[in-house]
Amino acid sequence: MAGLGELERSVMEALWASDVALTANDVRDRVALRSEPGRAPATTTVLTVLSRLERKGFVARARDTRPHHYHALLSRAEHTAELMHEVLAASSDRDAALARFVGTVTDGEAQTLRRLLDDLVRR
Amino acid sequence: MIAAAAVLGVLALALAWPAPVALSGASWTARSPATALALWQGIALGGGLAMIGSLLAFGAAPAGSLAGAATSLLPSFWTGPIPAAFGVVQLASLTLAVGLAVHLALNLVSTAVRAERARRRQHRLVDLLGDPLPGSPGTRVLSHPVPVAYCVPGIRTATVLTDGLVDLLDDDELRAVLAHERAHLDQFHHLVLLAFRAWHAALPWFPIANRAEGAVALLTEMLADDRARAVVGAEPLATALVRVGTAGEPGAYADAGGVHPDPRMLERRLARLDPGTTPLPRWARAACWTAAIATAVTPIVVLASILV
Repeated sequence: MAGLGELERSVMEALWASDVALTANDVRDRVALRSEPGRAPATTTVLTVLSRLERKGFVARARDTRPHHYHALLSRAEHTAELMHEVLAASSDRDAALARFVGTVTDGEAQTLRRLLDDLVRR
Repeated sequence: MIAAAAVLGVLALALAWPAPVALSGASWTARSPATALALWQGIALGGGLAMIGSLLAFGAAPAGSLAGAATSLLPSFWTGPIPAAFGVVQLASLTLAVGLAVHLALNLVSTAVRAERARRRQHRLVDLLGDPLPGSPGTRVLSHPVPVAYCVPGIRTATVLTDGLVDLLDDDELRAVLAHERAHLDQFHHLVLLAFRAWHAALPWFPIANRAEGAVALLTEMLADDRARAVVGAEPLATALVRVGTAGEPGAYADAGGVHPDPRMLERRLARLDPGTTPLPRWARAACWTAAIATAVTPIVVLASILV
């Protein structure tokens, strides 16, 4: 199942690129257009990926139609902004999970630091 | 027994206050970060063991040994009465020792679990949102203007850059950043950081735990910087640090939760890239490593001597 992650990406790309909600068949056609010949996924596979993505909170489905129509919950940019917010904001869980090239401090801490520096300079 | 309790108590006090204060104030740590990191680990491990051990030894003193105290006390939990030799002070001391050990262990586990959960979420999002960086396996680029680089450690690892960072840096600077993050992942810095973060979480009212966590975080950054310097040289690393550290001013970080690059940490990392900075002499490093190991081992030896 090495390709599952890639397939999730392709499915999300298809949903992000579309202005309207798509059925699993629509998604499969759009993914197939960008796949190498013979590597296009089956509709059942796409359905599996779509429910995985739904569970993870990336995709929502309208259940009042048959077949179900799927759409992306947030745009790619919105997801990225949310991720960046988590990475940069001060949180001890985040700190334990990641290591950043240049660490950040919050506004409050930055002001405290500046005050400390000012005090040192004045002395 | 009382002598052992006293030795451990003195050691615990020394490792809880004067030793960490001296180490966090020392300037040589920037010259040999690996040595300083070993000392911090010795202090934390030895300090914790000495503190718990001194309480155990004091509480178990009426029985003459730790095993003796366990065999005379444990059965009476269910059948009572508690042997008269153990007074309220001894029982309180034993309870405190066990409570402290359990508290520290639980905090380590819960910190690890929360970090793992955050890392899974990171992988989930980065897999979907990041584009692979050609020529650099395991690296993903997010489409975001704030220049940021970070790595997700663990069994599965990832290095994540933003295209704001890729646009900001030239090729050598980018290689410096990638080598720096790679070093964090290869040297398992997250495990050391996790232990110190858990220690801080367990003892939030203890100022030394906070200071130790900050010092250890800075030392791991310096170790990663050393690797980056070995790969690309000091110059691109220094310019990368300055560019990433100042590019946020004044507005770029504004949308990202009101944070700024940490100027204090940057300053100390830049200062040591000066070619005049040399590592500690070999004998001094050897002495520090010996001290670190002795600090961690002493409480174990003392406790073993009063075991039976």
